[in-house]
Amino acid sequence: MSNSSQDNPADTAGSSPLAGLEDIVSEFLIESHENLDQLDRDLVALEQDPTSRDLLSGVFRTIHTIKGTSGFLGFGTLESVTHVGESLLARLRDGKLTLTPGTTTILLDVVDAVRDLLATIEQHNGEAGAAYDELVARVQHVLDGGSADEAAAPAAETHAEPAAENPAEPAAEPVAEEVAEPVAAAPVPAPEPVAAAPVPAPAPTLAAVPSAVEEEHHEAPVAQVAPDAAGGEPRRSVADSTIRVDVGLLDSLMTMVGELVLTRNQMLQRAAATENSELAHTTHRLNLIVGELQEGVMKTRLQPIDNVWSKLPRVVRDLSVQLGKHVDLKMEGRETELDKTILEAIRDPLTHLVRNSIDHGIEGPETRAAAGKTEKGTLTLRAFHEGGQVNLEISDDGKGIDPAALKAKAIGKGLVTEEKAARMTDHEAVQLIFLPGFSTAAAVTNVSGRGVGMDVVRTNIEKIGGTIDIVTAHGEGTTVRVRIPLTLAIIPALVVTSAEHRYAIPQVNLLELVRLDAEQSKVAIETVHGAPVYRLRGKLLPLVDLREQLGLEAREPGATYIVVLQADNQEYGLVVDDILDTEEIVVKPLSSQLRSLSTYSGATIMGDGSVALILDVTAIARSSGMNLESGEDPSVANIDLASAESTSVLVVDVGSGRRAAIPVAAVDRLEEMRPDRVERAGQQEVVQYRGQILPMVWLANELGTGGAFADPDSSLRVVVCRSEDQLLGVVVDDILDIVESDLAVRIENGGSDSAVVQEHVTELVDIAAIAARLTPAPSLAWSA
Amino acid sequence: MSQFCTFTVGGHLFGVPVESVQEVLRAQEVTRVPLAPREVSGLLNLRGAIVTSIDLRRRLGMADREPDGKSVNIVVRTADGSAVSLVADEIGDVLEPPADSFETPPETVPASVRAVVERVCKLEKRLMLLLDTHRAVGGLEAA
Repeated sequence: MSNSSQDNPADTAGSSPLAGLEDIVSEFLIESHENLDQLDRDLVALEQDPTSRDLLSGVFRTIHTIKGTSGFLGFGTLESVTHVGESLLARLRDGKLTLTPGTTTILLDVVDAVRDLLATIEQHNGEAGAAYDELVARVQHVLDGGSADEAAAPAAETHAEPAAENPAEPAAEPVAEEVAEPVAAAPVPAPEPVAAAPVPAPAPTLAAVPSAVEEEHHEAPVAQVAPDAAGGEPRRSVADSTIRVDVGLLDSLMTMVGELVLTRNQMLQRAAATENSELAHTTHRLNLIVGELQEGVMKTRLQPIDNVWSKLPRVVRDLSVQLGKHVDLKMEGRETELDKTILEAIRDPLTHLVRNSIDHGIEGPETRAAAGKTEKGTLTLRAFHEGGQVNLEISDDGKGIDPAALKAKAIGKGLVTEEKAARMTDHEAVQLIFLPGFSTAAAVTNVSGRGVGMDVVRTNIEKIGGTIDIVTAHGEGTTVRVRIPLTLAIIPALVVTSAEHRYAIPQVNLLELVRLDAEQSKVAIETVHGAPVYRLRGKLLPLVDLREQLGLEAREPGATYIVVLQADNQEYGLVVDDILDTEEIVVKPLSSQLRSLSTYSGATIMGDGSVALILDVTAIARSSGMNLESGEDPSVANIDLASAESTSVLVVDVGSGRRAAIPVAAVDRLEEMRPDRVERAGQQEVVQYRGQILPMVWLANELGTGGAFADPDSSLRVVVCRSEDQLLGVVVDDILDIVESDLAVRIENGGSDSAVVQEHVTELVDIAAIAARLTPAPSLAWSA
Repeated sequence: MSQFCTFTVGGHLFGVPVESVQEVLRAQEVTRVPLAPREVSGLLNLRGAIVTSIDLRRRLGMADREPDGKSVNIVVRTADGSAVSLVADEIGDVLEPPADSFETPPETVPASVRAVVERVCKLEKRLMLLLDTHRAVGGLEAA
């Protein structure tokens, strides 16, 4: 649980000047205590095998590390003690001295002194004036060529006891013993640490250390420093209040708790079915306890985000120096905790986002001054919990992102069509940055342009079940919001059925649920080119039938449930047979035989013991043909409120209740013609019309419904349209109306888009496209 | 001499090394996996672990079992340590045939069978096909 305690303390200290010194000190203490225990064993082993270079080097390294860090932290006495110890060890290692029992004793004394000093530092938050001149002098004596045995003699006497006793000391009292010993035993006139002790500031605590420890630090510090012999309870030292636990063990604990949660779920179901009140009571208690246990175990895996953030000040500093920018880094909520696995997973994306903000976001000092901003840019990192998720925000007050520039670039790279870009809202345009192969820097710098684009950032965040969004104000700054789950192992999920089978949908993807009864579902589900859509508060929501996606038999008509889901930037409705419940599920990976199925992100065991598959909402959206990145695809509802310029359209009926709209600008005349006027010229049906040959087009055929022509005797309703210089006759079933519509609510579907016009889904007819598809009629000028 | 756990599939006797068998279960209710390779009959809950079940009849290219036909699940550990359930018709005895009774399968055996049968053991009255569990559970094509 000790946070990143594997890190060399010196590293941690060096790279996080903004982090509290206290944390560094306590990490240093934990690490050093562990090292010292190893040292004791090594030194004793060394006595048996005085020439072992491995052992000597190990001991040397340990002392060296402590010396380095203590120098950095300003613990002068500790540094001087370890310094002479190191010198002695260096000689031994290089074979200039041989290890004698006397030397070993001196080395053990050094270790004891270090241990004492560490205990003092821990209690007083400083060395409290302890001095070890005599020990240093003795070591120096040996270094100067004196006899080790002679030098060791007094020490052996005074320190024999603690050295022998230390390992066997009762665990509850190490601090008391260690502090008391040198004062009583050392013949040197060391200033009494007790008397000299300033009342310590609240001692350092690790974020992950239970708060109980912290409370202990605050109470009556003086009494703790010198516990009376009668046994005032000494406080737990930092090293004793935390232990290192193998992550593998935590993982297996987590797995077992997962099993327990499942078993509890089963138990709850069974108990609910009986009327045994005692059983109900017991299961209720079990429910509570398991809940707490789950939370507790989950907490063991949680680490503060600061573990990742602590590397960032350095990144920011280096980058801003390199780019000649002034950047002020602010961090809020650094104690926010998340699962270790997730923490590891966001390390790189986060670093990338920070680099991006400095490289592309924050301007140079002159530019900023010219824009009326402070010369120093601010980069703010925020982390906070919300609704079972962790929110991370990376905001800068830089130049923001210019949506127009992004559009132009995306068009230039062929990632979106011009037409489509024109219809995009600014927010949509900004999301273009996530397209693969997109990079906003005009020049590839060595800072951000390393081939790792925002698409990779997004992929990595999605991999751990997170989402990413960008909000930007041109000229004012950019905020990137990342939402990630607290943990991956146990997630809340919605359980639905399709063809008698149950499936789990992670709730993080869930927006809302819609139920349509049998009557409603007949009328409320409309189709665009065969693709079903539902009008959700005026917007077209593409629908995906789960049965169809899973290749199951089609559904009987009846009540319909629509699960409105969010996949990337796309909302869609998943049509299921029934919605059952929400349940905490434990995600289990699929076996290798099934891993190629992207439709499922795993499986879980339900309350009744059966297995249910977990649906991968994003993969289903993809496989149903939604192109989530560029929105080029049939079913991508592209709700565009920006291009609100209204267009006047001719609304026509194309049969089977389908409506289409032809821009009035493209319409020349409306005509009625007798069907027998239609002649054929090559493959093309034509009529002679005002001295010209008018190619005829049946709109129903063009829009793919094909279908029944009206009675051959009734006249044809023809919309004579013009595309550039070409006229064409568009045959429709009926002409309904001319309306002004902003066509704001629209859905794109390959060549033909649709919009809601007069409360009906209406396909927009692209006359130019139809005209272009006509077989060329070279003799249009041919006169009748 | 090694021991083999035997079972029948479509009238043929198969065997797997006893050490690879974790347990044998009677027919289990499984959760169907739409879109999965057709050999995968589903997922089953084995005391909290989710185990993929593979129908050996389909794997060996044999006719499907009758809807009410008997079946057993033989849970084996594959080389990568994961448990997979093999669905067979009936469980047989544990046999200890002499080491020299094994031969490589003749060329005439259908490829679908030869792909997963390591060797053929000549027992007194019949043949036992030694199943390569690792290959039997791998190399499935998505439906």
